[in-house]
Amino acid sequence: MAMMVAQTVNMGSVLFYVFALIALVSAIGVVLSQNIVRTAVCLLFTLAGVAGLYLLLSAEFLAAVQLVVYAGGTLILIIFGVMLTSKSPFSRFQPRRVEVAIAIALGLVLLVMLIMGFDSAIHSRHFVQETSSQAQRYPMDKLGQVLLGDYLVPFEVVSVLLLTVMIGAAYLAKARRRERKGP
Amino acid sequence: MLAQVDYSTIGLLHFLILGAALFVCGLITMLTKRNAIGILIGVELVLNAANVNLVAFNRYSWSAENGSILLTGQVFAMFVIVLAAAEAAVALAIFLNFYNNFSTIDVERADNLKG
Repeated sequence: MAMMVAQTVNMGSVLFYVFALIALVSAIGVVLSQNIVRTAVCLLFTLAGVAGLYLLLSAEFLAAVQLVVYAGGTLILIIFGVMLTSKSPFSRFQPRRVEVAIAIALGLVLLVMLIMGFDSAIHSRHFVQETSSQAQRYPMDKLGQVLLGDYLVPFEVVSVLLLTVMIGAAYLAKARRRERKGP
Repeated sequence: MLAQVDYSTIGLLHFLILGAALFVCGLITMLTKRNAIGILIGVELVLNAANVNLVAFNRYSWSAENGSILLTGQVFAMFVIVLAAAEAAVALAIFLNFYNNFSTIDVERADNLKG
């Protein structure tokens, strides 16, 4: 009996449930929290949990990118936005009850529909059902070869886009104090 | 409906259900927050849910027989991360402008074009 339990509960399953629990609980925290700073901190834990899931899916590079770019870059940007746009960090706006009810109803309907739709996706012949117990690895340089081979044009377009976004964001966020209307 | 799927081992279905749950959390966040930055956080959650799906589909489409490994899903997820960062930068610049003009970040106050 104990051996059966040990066979079914292997390390990967435990890690999956740990990371999934971290991601899901903090995502629910994002929904429920009314304080914007707490919302951002909950998002940080969600991002960390998703990075752990990437590790389980043997996408190590993507997990590192997730932590560096998302948790390190985008989230800091959001925190800076909170600091720059709020008179006090505890200012909060309550949504109307009708809006909350509509949003939750819409979300639950969508969740049920998505889970019902998974049946066809799972049983499509393109996807392997069984997971190999030993993690299937790919050499890391394959990712670089794909990125600079098959996806060279999107890669370059994205770099041009990033330059455009940098200039545009700097232009938009430029302080125009003289034009500002009084409150 | 889903009874024939084996739940004991972690499979594609587990990741899809987690992605759907994250997506719905992001959607509800977008719909209920009145702080513009809260809406942006909801968008980030939705993009993360899409990324989980992309990477999971990529992982479970590796065929064991010929050993061919496709990395399309991971490359797409990487592009999504880059575009999310760009989108966050532009959105925050717009929010700063909005705050400079209205001295609030409440999206309900952005009703200048309301007829």
